[in-house]
Amino acid sequence: MTDYSSVIPAKAGIQRGGAPTAALDPRFREGDDDTEQQVEPLYEEQALPATRVRGYWQSVFYRLGHDPVTLVFAAAVLLIVLAAVFAPLLAPFDPYKESIVGRLKPLAWRGHPLGTDELGRDMLSRLLFGGRVSLLMGVVPVLIASLVGGMLGVLGGFVGGRTNTAIMRTMDVFYAFPSVLLAVAIAGAMGGGMANGMLALTLVFIPPMCRVAETATTQVRALDFIEAARASGARTMPIIRYHVLGNVLGPVFIYASSLVSVSILLAAGLSFLGLGVRPPVADWGLMLSTLRQSIYVVPLVCALPGLAIFITSICCNLVSDGLRAAMDVRM
Amino acid sequence: MRPLLHDGLASDPRDRGGPLQPLLIARELRKHFPVKNSGGKSVKAVDGVSFTVRKGETLGIVGESGCGKSTLARLLLHLVVPDAGELVFDGDLVDTRQLPVNALRRQVQIVFQDSYSSLNPRMPIRDSVAFGPFVQGKKKQQARDIACEMLGKVGLDPDLFGPRYPHELSGGQKQRVNIARALATGPRMVILDEPVSALDKSVEAQVLNLLRALKRQFNLTYLFISHDLNVVRYLSDRVLVMYLGRAVEIGPIDAVFEQPLHPYTRALLASRPSMDPARRIEEAPITGDPPNPIDPPPGCRFHTRCPFTETPCEKTDPALGIWEGPQSHVVACHMHDLASGHSRFENV
Amino acid sequence: MSEPAANGTDPLAEVNDLSVRFVTREATVHAVNGVSFLVRPGEVLCILGESGSGKTVTLRALMRLLPPRRTQIEGRVRVEGHDILAMRPRALRDLRGGLVSMVFQEPMTALDPVYTVGQQIGETLRRHTGCDRRAARTRALELLELVRIPSAERRLDAYPHELSGGLRQRAMIAMALSCNPRLLLADEPTTALDATVQVQVLVLLRRLQRELGMGMVFVTHDIGVAAEIADTVAVMYAGRIVESGPVAQVLKAPAHPYTAGLLASTVHGQPRERDICAIPGSPPDLRRLPPGCSFAPRCPRRTADCRRAVPEPRFPEPGHMAACLRVTGAIAIL
Repeated sequence: MTDYSSVIPAKAGIQRGGAPTAALDPRFREGDDDTEQQVEPLYEEQALPATRVRGYWQSVFYRLGHDPVTLVFAAAVLLIVLAAVFAPLLAPFDPYKESIVGRLKPLAWRGHPLGTDELGRDMLSRLLFGGRVSLLMGVVPVLIASLVGGMLGVLGGFVGGRTNTAIMRTMDVFYAFPSVLLAVAIAGAMGGGMANGMLALTLVFIPPMCRVAETATTQVRALDFIEAARASGARTMPIIRYHVLGNVLGPVFIYASSLVSVSILLAAGLSFLGLGVRPPVADWGLMLSTLRQSIYVVPLVCALPGLAIFITSICCNLVSDGLRAAMDVRM
Repeated sequence: MRPLLHDGLASDPRDRGGPLQPLLIARELRKHFPVKNSGGKSVKAVDGVSFTVRKGETLGIVGESGCGKSTLARLLLHLVVPDAGELVFDGDLVDTRQLPVNALRRQVQIVFQDSYSSLNPRMPIRDSVAFGPFVQGKKKQQARDIACEMLGKVGLDPDLFGPRYPHELSGGQKQRVNIARALATGPRMVILDEPVSALDKSVEAQVLNLLRALKRQFNLTYLFISHDLNVVRYLSDRVLVMYLGRAVEIGPIDAVFEQPLHPYTRALLASRPSMDPARRIEEAPITGDPPNPIDPPPGCRFHTRCPFTETPCEKTDPALGIWEGPQSHVVACHMHDLASGHSRFENV
Repeated sequence: MSEPAANGTDPLAEVNDLSVRFVTREATVHAVNGVSFLVRPGEVLCILGESGSGKTVTLRALMRLLPPRRTQIEGRVRVEGHDILAMRPRALRDLRGGLVSMVFQEPMTALDPVYTVGQQIGETLRRHTGCDRRAARTRALELLELVRIPSAERRLDAYPHELSGGLRQRAMIAMALSCNPRLLLADEPTTALDATVQVQVLVLLRRLQRELGMGMVFVTHDIGVAAEIADTVAVMYAGRIVESGPVAQVLKAPAHPYTAGLLASTVHGQPRERDICAIPGSPPDLRRLPPGCSFAPRCPRRTADCRRAVPEPRFPEPGHMAACLRVTGAIAIL
């Protein structure tokens, strides 16, 4: 079957094996080694491309590994997280221990590397413990919103029709409000406190997560392999589980990672307005609020919580950018 | 997998009517897609198509863009639900208690044209092929084994290709995977929707040979949809010619290709480029483009481009001739209908 | 810039040892590897090949329509005496659309959707001939009638999406012909069209080419189309021309095993009982070409020598070239 030599007319002058004619260049030694008879394939019938087996996530990690900027900022985020996690071990003082004498002291005063606040508490310790609250209030709402909003979005996007319209138009109602205002309104209405603050932020983030998931799902739904999956007899849930989720996870994850930095800022804002944790719990936003009046006394110390918020938020943002670039793999 | 068919003997355990019962009967299938904001207009993609497919044969469906052949393929599997008409598979009415759609999909499968999204980019090949058996009830490991076996049958080494991702494969290899995916569930009939159109000619030949071999090995019935008449002639036993949502001619392949009855079929056949530079086409057999299925012309849909148009053609839509048996060659044209009043009857 | 050719028998376009490489961070793609051919005035050369053979890149090199940053071009390309590879950008822009123009495969993306057909043709005319708006419109109307678009006056003011596929392609041909090019380049212009429309466009192109005396380079993967339109055929594989010659000779008596394999594997009336003779395997990776003859791994006629060096062109008949060691005939004296 593979030997189509029969279709090559003899007239064309091709050697069909046998004695060379005089016209052939003497440089060629005819009849040498492998000719028509035992055609041993130089490679298999179906040759593979030479690339390594690399799944999507493996190539994402590969790209990340070769992106120095993102790696640096990811290391920074990791440091911040570790510092917050090991705060009890790292903090030199008890964050709640007040001191009337040692109030609003500048940097490096008698063993307080970062000074003290308006009640004499050690700034470094309060920053470390405050990091726990801020990070928690930054990450948890995004996580929950991703789950809830993501599910709603995938459902709406896949089912389409009236269900989709119902879900998306409901989300649009929440979109009508600026996110900060909405967060403040909800937190205020529920009375403040850490749990209520996190709930407010979750509700604020559900509509955008839902929209991102819905868009991604609608795009994936139109692809041919989904139709093939339907043709093989699969019901909706298995198709979503095996075919849709894997392809939708990427955009959702990228968006969620970019929301973390926003969430940290919003959480700090809520605490600043007194709608987050209650004193004397250490929290960066709350610290900013209480230190506000003292800014003319020890400006550097009072700016520290703000600096902490800024650095954390920026690092998260840049890591998320790097993730987006790494995950935008066109296959 | 299943023993080969002997003449006339159907030894497939799922067979219900014997070799003489058609495997698939389509009656007056219709699908119109409404066009938004146009005041009730719709794309009449498939507008009353009827045909039968016999067990073990290959029925070719040809037509140009807008004729509805791809929509027809999807109607047969209820991937798109027909507006009207019925489907009978081996004697059972589809989408009723006799044969629910999910049961139909265990016996009929489809191979799409190779596009860049015909396989899930995040899934290894083996899992893509195993998905079908898995959702039809097999356990995960069993499904994987079936997938590996099918990959081998289509000429891909399962150990080498199983864990690969679609972007690592060439067009021909991906199409082999599509075929393996369709066959993994053990269907009796496979609908092939332009399976080789996106491939290079040398790869096309390989895939066509593979399709022929698989048909023999697995005792399949094929419905082969293509715009390439030469390929349809090579593979098919009978052919159906579609124009603007209707079937205009059906018959045995050699009869239709050597003595085409419908003017459109004649034009299609004459439009094939000749392979001989000494005998080039001097004049295009037909002018104009295939029209838009939103507003088909009244009467016979082809009359605007037909060189033999007369009054009856503008008024009434000709029906397909009476179907007499598997060898009949029928056409929907007034020139072949005594009652139409067309002057060229018997003079074609 | 050199002067245009004075002699009528000089070739219209001449390509010598053209090589094109696309360089990216990951790999270098050797798209074209030493291609030489010429086009005589009034002749139709068809470059035949599958995907990845380098035919489109070769065509675009004739106009230097390749991405400037990633591309490395070597060799010589001359069109009517102009050295394309050495021209400055401004002179190149004058050349494109003027002396040489191109018809693309997908008219929907090649035509600008926000301008009418008449406006687009008019823009080309005004750019190259400097005529005023009314003269441009008159000429555009003439062109639409030349390509046999019905109701041409009305279609002048139509947007591309309002025309059917065949009419769009005709409009694109009209645009390409607007400034009387001497060389028309066609990149698979009929591949995306239906069969009945394809034959109309082929007949039209042939007629126009004859009437206007243009040279044409037509790229296609379809042997039937090549048989319909070509005077000479050049078969490309993995960036090289493996066979070239008068179309009747190449298609009836191919000298190179690849051409023979291509002809055998094209479905055209083979008996139904037998398999089609298919070329085994797949085309090579252009990033990693095998040494020697690129077709050797799939060739049933290969010998050990085939892998040692790229075969030189041989001439089994005058004017009929095949780059294969197994072909008899004098080796070209270079």
